[in-house]
Amino acid sequence: MKIKTSMASRVFDAFNVTLMLILAAVMLYPIVYVASASISNVGLVVNGTVKLWPRDLTFIAYERVFADPFIWLSYGNTIRYTVIQTAATLLVTSMMAYPLAKRRLLGRRTILLFAAATMLFNGGLIPTFLVVKQLGLIDTIWAVIVPTLINTWYLFIMRTFFEQLPEELEEAARIDGCGVMGTLLRIVMPLSKPVLMTIGLFTAVTQWNSFFDALIYLNQKELYPLQIHLRNIVIAGTAAAQSQGSAGDDEIMLLETVKYSTIMVAALPILCVYPFIQKYFVQGTMIGGIKG
Amino acid sequence: MRKEHWRALRRDQALYWLMLPGILFYIVFKYVPMYGVLISFQNYSIGKGIWGSEWVGFKHFIDFFTRTPDAWQLIRNTLLLNVYELLFAFPAPILLALLLNELRVVLFRRFIQTVSYLPHFLSTVVIVGMVVNFLSPSSGIVNHVLVMLGIEPIMFMAEPGWFRTIYVASEIWQTLGWGTILYLAAIAGVDPTLYEAARMDGANRFQQIRHITFVGMLPVVIILLVLNLGKMMEIGYQKIILLYNPTLYDTADVINTFVYRRGLINADFSFAAAVGLFQAVIGFVLVVAANKLARKTAHGSLW
Repeated sequence: MKIKTSMASRVFDAFNVTLMLILAAVMLYPIVYVASASISNVGLVVNGTVKLWPRDLTFIAYERVFADPFIWLSYGNTIRYTVIQTAATLLVTSMMAYPLAKRRLLGRRTILLFAAATMLFNGGLIPTFLVVKQLGLIDTIWAVIVPTLINTWYLFIMRTFFEQLPEELEEAARIDGCGVMGTLLRIVMPLSKPVLMTIGLFTAVTQWNSFFDALIYLNQKELYPLQIHLRNIVIAGTAAAQSQGSAGDDEIMLLETVKYSTIMVAALPILCVYPFIQKYFVQGTMIGGIKG
Repeated sequence: MRKEHWRALRRDQALYWLMLPGILFYIVFKYVPMYGVLISFQNYSIGKGIWGSEWVGFKHFIDFFTRTPDAWQLIRNTLLLNVYELLFAFPAPILLALLLNELRVVLFRRFIQTVSYLPHFLSTVVIVGMVVNFLSPSSGIVNHVLVMLGIEPIMFMAEPGWFRTIYVASEIWQTLGWGTILYLAAIAGVDPTLYEAARMDGANRFQQIRHITFVGMLPVVIILLVLNLGKMMEIGYQKIILLYNPTLYDTADVINTFVYRRGLINADFSFAAAVGLFQAVIGFVLVVAANKLARKTAHGSLW
């Protein structure tokens, strides 16, 4: 069969490979450009000399980023929010998913419907905001964690996974005197590492990248997550140097490369880990997709 | 309630306690806001609360359509952005999945997949940050290249005519690779003997792509298409909030961004909630209609 690959077929292969290489270039170019611009002389970036590779290497843009106390503060906040949210989401979601995986549970269908209905109906932006406000959560870290604590998709995915676990193991644990919570923490959750990993990573990356809840719920600069700080520097253009009021022309110009170095600092953790966590995301997307 | 029900409840008492935090979450953050939608029919003030605020019926809805000059423009912008997404951003991953499937070298294929997934992991702020800086009229790389080609610099972020292109193009860049996952999974499920049989019958490669690969993923295409039709009233407004500015409102302002400004920046809660509710009701009708359609056309429904 291979010998009979026709001319047209080979032309198509060549065309396809070329197209894919162009695609890879289009996907990578913006990121390579940001990386290059962040370590180039700002003058050469602004006048367009830097097109792909860095010119006139300098790390001054990074020095500026790291000298900004708010970048450290917001980085710390983001890490804190991400860790707390991921832990809380996994715990509360599995606490709800585990009983729902028991077929004998009275009212199981009702509770499932009660959760599923929220995927169809929701109060919308303003009523949700008012609830968060009236609970006094504005300007606390809970405002960016609690309102998104349970994702109904994750709840359903987890429940489906728990349903497949062998009942006997839990029985054994119960006979050994394990309570329900103990069984969940010591037997069920360790057996569910793949699904916890996938949901945990989804939650973590979503929280790491999110800005909107912080934009509407957090007004104090001390609570800003990285993405809000990034937005203020990169999109709104109010960098630390400006707010310090000591900015000369050179300093103002330097802001152009500081924007790129800030993007790099913010995106680097994700760029570094994503090739390794990719497969969990692909799995997760497929589980959600089959349901969807 | 019957006796065995009581016994079942008592037996599983601990399980119900376990669900308590989750159920409280749903009540407080999902169901209370649904109840809060009532403020759309009031002149709500935070001090008076839902019980004390004055009822005004459909006043805010009527105001939106008769007294808001931008109302139709908001609806139009919302729908048009969705139409453009459907025309360009929806077919792109389908095409890419078909092409990826034709790559013979597995390692090369994996490389292309990994590279094209990358933008999916970047935050909206990073994406918009790159867009805004690349398109800057004075220092952005895009305008430098245009000047090099002898074209006048374009004020991309100040001309409403460019907004939809910029929005949809950046959307394609971010979602193209990731969007192929479900299609590739569907293609992987195609019976390989079909290709063999087709080759026996003398089908060439394009015929195989069209009649086997594409047909194999068609159910997924249809489900996702219908799902998209159901979301015609929704748009990635968080990205628009970062991307737009008042000079772009003619094309960039959508219902969600308007609700955000009126409700959260001007604190006009009732009016904004009413506009949000209008959008949600239309959206709900669309989703239900889409599901009906999916039931008819594809094998499965959406829920």
